[in-house]
Amino acid sequence: MLFAGTPFELNRIMLIRILVTVVIVVVFWLGTRKMKLVPGRGQSLIEMGLDFVRVSIAEDLLGKKEGRRFLPLLTTFFFMILAMNFTGTVPGLNVAGTAVIGVPLLLAAIAYVTWIYAGLRKHPGKFLRNSLFPPGVPWPLYIIVTPIEIISTFIVRPVTHTLRLLMNMIVGHLLLVLFFLATSFFFVQAPGLFKLFGVGTLAFGFAFTLLELLVIVLQAYVFTILTAVYLQLALADEH
Amino acid sequence: MLPVIVAAAAAAENPLIPGIPDIIWSAVCFIVLLLFFWFKVLPAVQRTLDARAELIEGGIKKAEIAQAEAAAALEKYNEQLAEARAEAARIRDHARQDGIKILNELKEQASAEAARITANASVQIEAERQAALVSLRAEVGSLAIDLAAGVIGQTLTDDEKAASLVDQFLADLEESEKMAR
Repeated sequence: MLFAGTPFELNRIMLIRILVTVVIVVVFWLGTRKMKLVPGRGQSLIEMGLDFVRVSIAEDLLGKKEGRRFLPLLTTFFFMILAMNFTGTVPGLNVAGTAVIGVPLLLAAIAYVTWIYAGLRKHPGKFLRNSLFPPGVPWPLYIIVTPIEIISTFIVRPVTHTLRLLMNMIVGHLLLVLFFLATSFFFVQAPGLFKLFGVGTLAFGFAFTLLELLVIVLQAYVFTILTAVYLQLALADEH
Repeated sequence: MLPVIVAAAAAAENPLIPGIPDIIWSAVCFIVLLLFFWFKVLPAVQRTLDARAELIEGGIKKAEIAQAEAAAALEKYNEQLAEARAEAARIRDHARQDGIKILNELKEQASAEAARITANASVQIEAERQAALVSLRAEVGSLAIDLAAGVIGQTLTDDEKAASLVDQFLADLEESEKMAR
């Protein structure tokens, strides 16, 4: 490990994250370096990816104006998570950059701070009151409603936001490790006909790799779209 | 496979408690990417999209202008056509009126000529009639006198008498002619 014992200690996953960051920068830098009005193939792909976040997530949920305001954050979330998830299925890397709590926790915390900031900024004074004491509820019910709102909105929300991504990636990683280690064991060390089990575990490993690819994209999308939803709720006029 | 085991073991140890390096490197990656997307990628893409939209809108506008021009030209052409038609109709009308006028003039001239000729003829006829009447009267007078002299056996030498007699005769003759008509 580099910088062992310092706060900048680098283990394999940190190196993977740095690698991913570099790859993203290089890909998008090359893709948007000389943008043409009539895009070529590479530019079309890059634009398609960016358009997906801009149109399907930001503008759909937040509208044109607010969507544009939070687009850098949402775009960064989506591509960072997507690429870091993806390393879980890349041979030689074999672990997702998001499979350790740092990235999910940090991003969820940033989302948390951002939507609270956006709500306070847009509805100063009224945001917290309306979040904790939803209008239109008879006041005695606040005894029940307010604790529920505190827990669900301000505690459960960021926690689930973090854990949903983290656990998906950890579990995916463990499953793949399990199947491929088992395959290795059966092929290399198992005696006689037990080697045949390796075929089955290899097939499962392959199937779960495909599933992982789906989960990778899905989790990146879910994390980003939930961030947009939280922002939308904070910015909505009811608050 | 060994590093995988190590990583899995490390991840299984305390997956919910973040280490300091974990957070720091996450933050480094995030900040780099955020700044990169915020100030490099997204503005470039936005510029391209704007330029593209402008180009498309410009194209649409150009087409609209061309269409308007074509419509204007068509209208002008139609106007000119209508004008030309009106002009032709006017000319035709004018020609017809002129023709009628000329015809009328000719007719008038012809009838005037005819009237003149008729008048001349009647004057001439009258004159000839007068001449004939005079010569007839002279001849008839002398003839009648000769005849009457023979009948009554006396010579009518007295001019005054002879003239009154002839006049009397002629008056009778005219009277009888009128009665006959």
